Amino acid sequence: MTRSSPAKRARLIWLALSAGALLLLAACTQDYDYNSLAPAGPVAEKQADLFFLVFWIATGVFVVVEGLLVFALFRFRRRSSNETPKQIHGNTRLEILWTIVPALLLAGVAVPTIGTIFDLSGCPEGGVEVEVVGHQWWWEVNYPELQITTANEIHVPAREPVCITLKSEDVNHSWWVPRLAGKQDLVPGRTIELQIEANQPGVYQGECAEYCGLSHGIMLFQVIADERADFDAWAEEQGRPAAPPAPGSEVETTIQQCLQCHAIAGLSEPPPGAPIEGPDLTHVGSRRTIVGGWLENTPQELARWLRNPPGVKPGSKMPNYRLTDEQIEDLVEYLGSLE
Amino acid sequence: MAASAHPQAVQPPPTATGLDNRKLGMWAFLGSECLFFGALISTYLLYRGRSVQGPFPNEVYDIPYTSVSSGVLLMSSVTMVLALNAIQRGDDRRLRAWLLATALLGITFVGGQVFEFTVFVREGLTLSRNLFGSSFFVLTGFHGAHVTVGILMLLTLFGQSLVGRLTVENALRVELVGLYWHFVDIVWIVIFTVVYLIP
Amino acid sequence: MAIAVPTRRPFFRRPSATHGLASWLTTVDHKRIGILYGVTAFLFLLIGGIEALLIRIQLAVPENTFLTFDEYNQIFTMHGVTMIFLVVMPLGAAFFNYLIPLQIGARDVAFPRLNAFSYWTFLLGGLFLYSSFFLGGSPDGGWFGYANLSTELPGPGMDFYAIGLQIVGLSSLVAAVNFIVTILNERAPGLSLMRMPVFTWMTLVVQFLLLFALPVLAIALFQLTFDRLFGTLFFQPQAGGDPILWQHLFWLFGHPEVYVLILPAMGIVSEVLPVFSRKPLFGYAAVVFSGIAIGFMGWGVWAHHMFTVGLGPVANAAFALSTMFIAVPTGVKIFNWMGTVWGGSIRFTTPMLFAIGFVAMFIIGGLSGVTHAIVPSDMQQQDTYYVVAHFHYVLFGGALFGLFSGAYYWFPKVTGRMLSEGWGKLHFWLMLIGFNLTFGPFHILGLQGMRRRVPTYPEGVGWDFWNFVSTVGSFIIAASILAFMINVIRSVTRGREAGADPWDARTLEWLTPSPPPHYNFAEVPVVRHRDEVWHRKYAEDERGRPVPVVAGASNGHDDSEEGEEEHHDIHMPDPSFFPLLASLGIPVIGYGLIFWWPLAIVGGLIVLGGLFGWSLEPVAEE
Repeated sequence: MTRSSPAKRARLIWLALSAGALLLLAACTQDYDYNSLAPAGPVAEKQADLFFLVFWIATGVFVVVEGLLVFALFRFRRRSSNETPKQIHGNTRLEILWTIVPALLLAGVAVPTIGTIFDLSGCPEGGVEVEVVGHQWWWEVNYPELQITTANEIHVPAREPVCITLKSEDVNHSWWVPRLAGKQDLVPGRTIELQIEANQPGVYQGECAEYCGLSHGIMLFQVIADERADFDAWAEEQGRPAAPPAPGSEVETTIQQCLQCHAIAGLSEPPPGAPIEGPDLTHVGSRRTIVGGWLENTPQELARWLRNPPGVKPGSKMPNYRLTDEQIEDLVEYLGSLE
Repeated sequence: MAASAHPQAVQPPPTATGLDNRKLGMWAFLGSECLFFGALISTYLLYRGRSVQGPFPNEVYDIPYTSVSSGVLLMSSVTMVLALNAIQRGDDRRLRAWLLATALLGITFVGGQVFEFTVFVREGLTLSRNLFGSSFFVLTGFHGAHVTVGILMLLTLFGQSLVGRLTVENALRVELVGLYWHFVDIVWIVIFTVVYLIP
Repeated sequence: MAIAVPTRRPFFRRPSATHGLASWLTTVDHKRIGILYGVTAFLFLLIGGIEALLIRIQLAVPENTFLTFDEYNQIFTMHGVTMIFLVVMPLGAAFFNYLIPLQIGARDVAFPRLNAFSYWTFLLGGLFLYSSFFLGGSPDGGWFGYANLSTELPGPGMDFYAIGLQIVGLSSLVAAVNFIVTILNERAPGLSLMRMPVFTWMTLVVQFLLLFALPVLAIALFQLTFDRLFGTLFFQPQAGGDPILWQHLFWLFGHPEVYVLILPAMGIVSEVLPVFSRKPLFGYAAVVFSGIAIGFMGWGVWAHHMFTVGLGPVANAAFALSTMFIAVPTGVKIFNWMGTVWGGSIRFTTPMLFAIGFVAMFIIGGLSGVTHAIVPSDMQQQDTYYVVAHFHYVLFGGALFGLFSGAYYWFPKVTGRMLSEGWGKLHFWLMLIGFNLTFGPFHILGLQGMRRRVPTYPEGVGWDFWNFVSTVGSFIIAASILAFMINVIRSVTRGREAGADPWDARTLEWLTPSPPPHYNFAEVPVVRHRDEVWHRKYAEDERGRPVPVVAGASNGHDDSEEGEEEHHDIHMPDPSFFPLLASLGIPVIGYGLIFWWPLAIVGGLIVLGGLFGWSLEPVAEE
């Protein structure tokens, strides 16, 4: 091996690493649906600001330390086999220096960190309150003040603080909308609060971030921020009961099967205190997605789901009822009408 | 513990700390056991008062009864010290007497614990009845298992002494079992205090 | 017990084979046990690596259906369990076993049969875990087994998880006691604590961490086992149980465990860098004390794994601070390593390249670790690929690079032959490139919102490209492992003869011939210096430069030269069946608990039989 090549190679790696850092930055500023570094609300903005502060300090440390390392490797490579370097055993002043300097740097970072921890903890007074209950593998969404229950879709007014109260019905989940706020776990037996706010009306993707079993990977949801007037209109619409199917129709019998586990206001009231097994379907036709946020709410996808639920969402609590094509067609039509 | 049928082969070389390997090993092991019981006791404390249905501690505990059996276990630490003292003086007869006494006191304690468990079960407290049952039985059960292992070791020593294989040269073996035994006793003092006495 | 007569041979005739299978099954020689640990852990590395490749194939493109959700969940769980408990921990154990007695000038560990018991228990625990593949499905609750999902999951998978980890944990606990006693008690005359090699020091710290961390895991696993099998309610929220208890217990074990995984590699690097820089370790005391400091502080940071469970701002702030400041002793180590190469005469051998790779990659992992301490931004990163990137940079770029450095460094000592430098460098560069291609993009994916433990992901959210790059990288890593295997197989038979001290090294193991004889040292060396072997070869002149003590200094003193006649007067412990026998009963207990309880009694009797035979048998026959 030639003597200078390792240092050259090391320099190449060094270049590649710096290029990597630049690529990372470039990639991170695009506003993809789940990008935590493209914040769309004050909470996520504070979190991203703090990240970038630490990121730049870390980059500085990285450049200095790796640079010194590469320099040392190049400068002190063995040139002849009988070199006799000075035997240095240590240096107390240097030890103190490289203990104190990082400690001070970290103390500097600790101040805004702790400030932000307290700033973002809990909920501010007076915002819209939403209760989210995690299920394997979908989200129950309640608006206690508005008496609304829905699923997998959280409507909020834009530019207003919203308080999300998190609970779990079965196992740990974690509620995460990267562009609005960092995640917060849903723990059975506990209640945890989280504040969010959206700067602009829009649709923000959310996902379950704590492994919760078989279909954890497709447990998604959306936060939809509307202008205040639109939000109020939506809330009023959601408060209305559903129109029952035409008396005597085929679907009137089929839907009884659904009502074993799903509530549809206007058709049946679930007995008080009964555990809710499936999402409330009163306004299912108005939602953008079905099946825990995984599928678009189109007649085709809904039919695919009804044909074999566990085939679409493994482990689904809804079994395959072996519905006929006709029954499915009727159901898709009726459920689609529940706007 | 290594047997000593061949004393010339097992005579341990001097160690860097001066402590016998087996003794240092036992101390390390007991250090680990502290965390073992620490985690169990923490669980019990965390779950105190969180059971959603009875029976609750104050409904089943019989403090005078458990105090007596705790006293029995504490007494066994005294007899253990006497056993060690006997072997160090080369007094085989007393050694055997005190070893047996220690084992019997231990058996009395474990027997008392088994009886206590059966009473609790009759009163409706089982492993799966409530959190109190789960954390109580698992904590005291693991302790009882430790006492049982200690009794087995004591009886083994007693047997070895009977056939003449436990002499003053290997007093260390009695000392090691003694360390373990005292540790198990001390753990019981902690358990008795936090589980039974603190309301 | 009482009926045993001193002269009677108990149960079996004492095994005496020195060659063949029987000799390996009954060995109590720390060097052979070290080799067994190393080979077994490497085979598990191949299995864990194949699992990693399956994961990468599944995630190469969005909405892939190569694996079902169920298969994916089992595979990512087993990948984590394997790499932590069956690869990195036992690889560390391979190095402790082989090297610690040699580095401290001892003939064996304090309890040789207990050492064999540790190995067999580890092996059988690993096989027990993997037997679940054929017995109803393997664990699928993640390596972290969060309650109450882990108590709810159907099938025997999580039973295998709880009992299997209990078994490998027992193996490590026993080994911890053994090595603490060995290091404290079996040191050669003159080898004071502050003269011990740094690898020995880091091993000592690791054993203390294991000693205190494993019982906490044991309790958590018992509670999980009892919840699943005997109906206790520890993690049942309906009964008032709190799933967060599991998280506290698991991470109270789990964070010291992180240092259990990384400290041996740090020890190895602290040995390799001085040798190939021809300089003593810079700031020996600082490196040792920072290692101890990491060991202590490692107990106060566990809740940084739980920043999103809602412990409250005060707890989060406290753990943020402790997590930040554990970076200080870690930084001290890195700076001292740089001080070591600074002003040295650096020779770029394969072990040196891996050691440098370790330092370079660990810096990245350390810095991303600090970003996790920033609670508000960590809430965006927790459970994303950003975290996956971080711990692969410390456990692969860190621990595994360090362990490979050690493998190349000590291979000549173990086999008497050198590994090929050509293949070694191919291995290193492929691995470095493959590693960064695989795990570098995870940083970006995580920040862009990709969660961990998802078997698939939607198209068009910016994740496709980097996932594909990562999959390509993973296959480059696989190629590098292949290069390592070719290198080892070629070198074992055809490698250049190494001699006792091929690297001009510094510590006691290089005083023995390669491979060392059964009894290690014909005469126990007397130690007068830190880096004893170096000081036997070189003195320092008035300008602090080394000058050879004797012309062509290489081998130092008259201790145990090669070709010396056998030393029949050295008493070594004899082989024994009983450690293996006692270990064999343990998985039987496990199967019994899961499938048919009478089997557990059979297993218990086997263990008891093994232990009784063991206690009746002397350490060595006359």
